[in-house]
Amino acid sequence: MNKVMFGRFIPGHSWVHRMDPRAKLVLSFLYIAVVFFANDFWTYLIMTLLLLASVVASAIPLGVYIRGLLPLFWLMIFTVLIQVFFGVGGHVYWQWGWLVVSQDGLNSAGLILMRFVLIILVSTILTFTTEPLEIADGIESLLSPLKKLHFPVATLALMLSLALRFVPTLMDEAEKIMNAQRSRGVDFGEGGLRQRVRTIVPILIPLFVNAFNRAIEISTAMEARGYQDGENRTKYRQLKWHRVDTASLVIYVISLSAVIGLRYFS
Amino acid sequence: MATDITFEQVNYWYQAGTPFAVHALKDINLKIKPGSFTAVIGQTGSGKSTLIQHFNALLKPTSGTVTIGDRVITNATKNKHLKPLRKKVGMVFQFPENQLFEETVIKDIAFGPQNFGVSEADAQALAKRMAGEVGLDESLLSRSPFDLSGGQMRRVAIAGVLALEPEVLVLDEPTAGLDPRGRSEIMQLVTRLREEQGLTIVLITHQMDDVANYADHVIVMGHGKLLKQGSPRAIFSDPAWLEDHELGLPSATKLAYELQQGGFHFDQMPLKIAELADQIVPQLPKGAITHE
Repeated sequence: MNKVMFGRFIPGHSWVHRMDPRAKLVLSFLYIAVVFFANDFWTYLIMTLLLLASVVASAIPLGVYIRGLLPLFWLMIFTVLIQVFFGVGGHVYWQWGWLVVSQDGLNSAGLILMRFVLIILVSTILTFTTEPLEIADGIESLLSPLKKLHFPVATLALMLSLALRFVPTLMDEAEKIMNAQRSRGVDFGEGGLRQRVRTIVPILIPLFVNAFNRAIEISTAMEARGYQDGENRTKYRQLKWHRVDTASLVIYVISLSAVIGLRYFS
Repeated sequence: MATDITFEQVNYWYQAGTPFAVHALKDINLKIKPGSFTAVIGQTGSGKSTLIQHFNALLKPTSGTVTIGDRVITNATKNKHLKPLRKKVGMVFQFPENQLFEETVIKDIAFGPQNFGVSEADAQALAKRMAGEVGLDESLLSRSPFDLSGGQMRRVAIAGVLALEPEVLVLDEPTAGLDPRGRSEIMQLVTRLREEQGLTIVLITHQMDDVANYADHVIVMGHGKLLKQGSPRAIFSDPAWLEDHELGLPSATKLAYELQQGGFHFDQMPLKIAELADQIVPQLPKGAITHE
């Protein structure tokens, strides 16, 4: 359970750590959108270089990012295989019944894999360098124009921060419960599918019961401290736009425009 | 057959090889003798809980060896075939009521033995016996564990571990959050199990009175190291050292030190209330004690 690196915050003081969460959110979304425009060697080169530059600016070793990718390894393999066998067209290298490995299949598999890795890495930069609560604050601030349409932005942000806040707590708790059930002779990850599904019950039920109890306690504690839905509240953390944010924005906009430019005007 | 637990040069790192790596146990050497009552004390975060998770191989040492009975556990030990250990060493975690999940109390207590191949009927009989052992009324057996009070739920959870019929019983703060009566009942249960069934007991606690009253061996943990081990008398003979490590004294010993300042004399510092009384009475001026 502790080995999951994806979605975790790693404290630091790097360029990326110091950026405004709003800037990081906007740049990540822009990057992910532009990944889908990249279609040849040069555009992918720019995207990769931009990503590597961001990784370096985050002052977290590349190895840690790679480890973050490992849990998704099988998903990647699966996606690539689907593309390889079901992408049809171009020169056929190998055929067995309805399974065909063709040039276009291989191309699109490579493309998908590249996109997959880039998108995951860029979101990993965001989560590695930004505290979950900062992300929630950033989303709230970015969504604030929707308040005019009476969209409950503050409530949504609260739900988001509560949910994010309790991910590690629930994971710890799941681990504790698993240890307790292991001590009572449960073998996790052994036996057939039926057996495995049965071993989930002794984890899920206590986990749910505890999560509900905790939710009730939190809402009581919040009400005791005067929380009321829909009130305008002030923030402890003020989001400030700094020069690093403007500089990053400029770098991203130039590189991403180059990618779109190469795709449409070369 | 007696199960003893031996640690040799045990180190444990949480998340070894990541930026989050924490050195949680440092060069631990210790031995838990069969039939002994060992108390593990130390501040929060001193490594007590990490230590006991090595007792039934929930954690494996990053380096060094842990020997449980005739099984040797090292970093290279595979996760399979550890089940026999789990039966030998019963583990009652902090707030064990959080592990309950079955529809009825009796099913929950019988869950453990059934995992070890005991038939449903035998497990239910065992569950009934263990429920009686921990003082649960028979009328509660068919109720849902989630309808019980906190104290009752804890007894159900403890019965669920006892139903494995372990040789060593490890308890991580079993009395936390209980009222004084609940606390003394749990402690009496633990002592009775040791005396009647010869169980080896390992108890993590912050209650120095429990250490003084029940333990015959004390392990003091601090910052992942084993700071001191010995008899309760040896451990509590150095109040200055204990204070340095933010640990307290049993209430009888504490009172004795205060009385000493006021001119009382003690040949040997008392650990239990009865010992304290025995030493004070002869020193009181004649006529100070009146029986009414």
